[in-house]
Amino acid sequence: MTTIASPSSSPATVPQVPLVEMRDIRVSFGGVHAVDGVSVDLHAGEVIGLVGGNGAGKSTLIRVLSGAHRADSGQIIIDGTPAQIDNPRDAKAYGIETIYQTLALAENIDAAGNMFLGRELRSRFGSLDDSAMESATRGVMGRLNPNFKNFKTAVMSLSGGQRQSVAIARAVHFNARILIMDEPTAALGPAETAQVRDLIRQLKSEGIGIFLISHDIHDVYDLSDRISVMYHGKVVGTVKRTDVTTDDLLAMIIMGKPPGEATQKELASLHA
Amino acid sequence: MTETASARKDPGSGSGRSLRSVLFSLEIDTRLVGMLAALAVIWVAFNVMSGGNFITARNLWNLSVQSSSVAIMATGMVLIIVSRNIDLSVGSMLGFLGYFMAMAQAVWIPTTLGLGLDQPFTWVIVLVLGVAVGAIMGGIQGFLVAYGGVPSFIVTLGGLLVWRGLIFRFQQGVTISPLDSTFQLLGGGPKGSLGEIGSWLIGIVLCVGIAYTLVATRRRRRRYDFPVRPMWAEVTIGAIAVAAVLGAVAIANAYAWPPALAADFAAENNIVEPPGGLIIPTGIAYPVLIMLGVGLLMAYLSSRRQFGRYVYAIGGNPDAAELAGVNVRRTIALTFMLMGILAAVSAAIQTARLNSAVTNLGVQNELDVISAAVIGGTSFAGGIGTIPGAILGAVVMQSLRSGMLLLNVDSPAQDVVVGLVLVAAVGFDSIVRRRAS
Repeated sequence: MTTIASPSSSPATVPQVPLVEMRDIRVSFGGVHAVDGVSVDLHAGEVIGLVGGNGAGKSTLIRVLSGAHRADSGQIIIDGTPAQIDNPRDAKAYGIETIYQTLALAENIDAAGNMFLGRELRSRFGSLDDSAMESATRGVMGRLNPNFKNFKTAVMSLSGGQRQSVAIARAVHFNARILIMDEPTAALGPAETAQVRDLIRQLKSEGIGIFLISHDIHDVYDLSDRISVMYHGKVVGTVKRTDVTTDDLLAMIIMGKPPGEATQKELASLHA
Repeated sequence: MTETASARKDPGSGSGRSLRSVLFSLEIDTRLVGMLAALAVIWVAFNVMSGGNFITARNLWNLSVQSSSVAIMATGMVLIIVSRNIDLSVGSMLGFLGYFMAMAQAVWIPTTLGLGLDQPFTWVIVLVLGVAVGAIMGGIQGFLVAYGGVPSFIVTLGGLLVWRGLIFRFQQGVTISPLDSTFQLLGGGPKGSLGEIGSWLIGIVLCVGIAYTLVATRRRRRRYDFPVRPMWAEVTIGAIAVAAVLGAVAIANAYAWPPALAADFAAENNIVEPPGGLIIPTGIAYPVLIMLGVGLLMAYLSSRRQFGRYVYAIGGNPDAAELAGVNVRRTIALTFMLMGILAAVSAAIQTARLNSAVTNLGVQNELDVISAAVIGGTSFAGGIGTIPGAILGAVVMQSLRSGMLLLNVDSPAQDVVVGLVLVAAVGFDSIVRRRAS
């Protein structure tokens, strides 16, 4: 290996340790096993797609990684060392940033206030340095969404796309190493969706590892290096993008079986 | 005028300036302006109906003193309601803390410790003790709400009963009196006021503060190359604020000591009374000064500190605050602790004003405080509310009460009117807000 292979061509032979490894993660609500012994890993500069039907456990799994929910058992290993993530602060300390499906914005606060929420810039005597925060926000927004102008209004009066860019800006501003994107394009129009796709490619080229969760199978297929399919709390299989077709993925999502195990009859029934 | 002509976007410039665009350029909270207008209407109406007895130096001075206790607590209630909680126990906390502070200065320090009455530092010690106990009482309730997971309505409803019950248990209906002579000054009155020169000095300090804030903000925005207000807007805002401050000081100074008191004062100090009696300007009362101090501090805390930002973020979206790494529980607990501290400050003012602690001190104060916050624009949906609004709300409430008193409206009828105004104000506000969004 004289040159480092691009992860998309052969992730299995990348010599480095994974950025994150989640091993045998289990979460149950009452008697329901929302996540049932799931293991996934993510390398630097790699995009892992997480797909599955409603209630497959994707969101719960990534909530464990982002510190929003504690796992009942299992291990999270970051850079080869076991990590303890008990709350969102811990996750951020490891460089894990999350764009939640709900966006998780405080509706009554402006863009800068949301972007720096929990990590406010402060001036002498510990006062909030709102100007510095607004300036930084203008900088990030200038790159992400140049049309964004409403820096002084509460995010509740912004459009869906603008709100989404605030959530994305927050995740990318703090030098994330690991980015979790839960349905990042759900609220967006076609032009904005294209922008997010470009952004994902750019972040990937900067060496950031990305977990991408999406209902849009084509989004996931186009952007991911590997795809993990979840079904009823378990990983059905993790496949290289280059090894499968979108139909194979669809089959895995719906039937909960790896492509080889599904019978021709079952596959045919999908197209009926 | 080079400012307005600059390339920066100025929607207010041009020949036909509408009121809306002027307000936009001034970047003034339109809700606050609306409330000030409502207050002006109330004052003028009462003045007309009472035959010119409402807008007098004497009445406005009294109004300022009477509003201060509720206004102080309303600033804390704003943060509690903004973070989607409620504190029903403030009246009982106030009663208990008043009892505690009265006992400390009238019984424990002079008799139990044998130090005697009217020691020079009694008032400071009592105040510090009261604030500490208030912080503990509020802290206990806050802990139960934030870490115990008991709804704040229940915790503070319990607090309302418990603190009031403890007063009756310990105080046994006895009125504790008299209080320390220095402590009494916290309640206001002619002697508990700043006097003419002191009031002007405070007024000037405030004016300098206003000017400094405007200039510093403008400089900061310039440094970051942000759009700034047109110069005429800055000057207008500064001029209005300075005029308001100096006008308030002038009114406070226009209220002279009552003639009998002034005559006593002249006799004590061997001053020959001029014909028509000695005129001693009263100036800003100490409780009003305390209210101003608390208001500025709370406004700073709520808009310029991380704590305040978190309170609003929690009110806007508790889950988002949690996911952003905000320590939601600690922040909530602190808002209740702060409420306890403010209840102690108000308790000091009310007991000092009465020169005693009585068992029903602060009864139903929670309703006045919550009403003040709500009339001042605080939303029960959470996330919305301002400190200046709450103070203004307290003044509106007190204006209604004292105006009706002036018109000899009896107490039950007063309650009916205040109740209707409360509901109407919130109803009107929610209609306006729905239109705006």
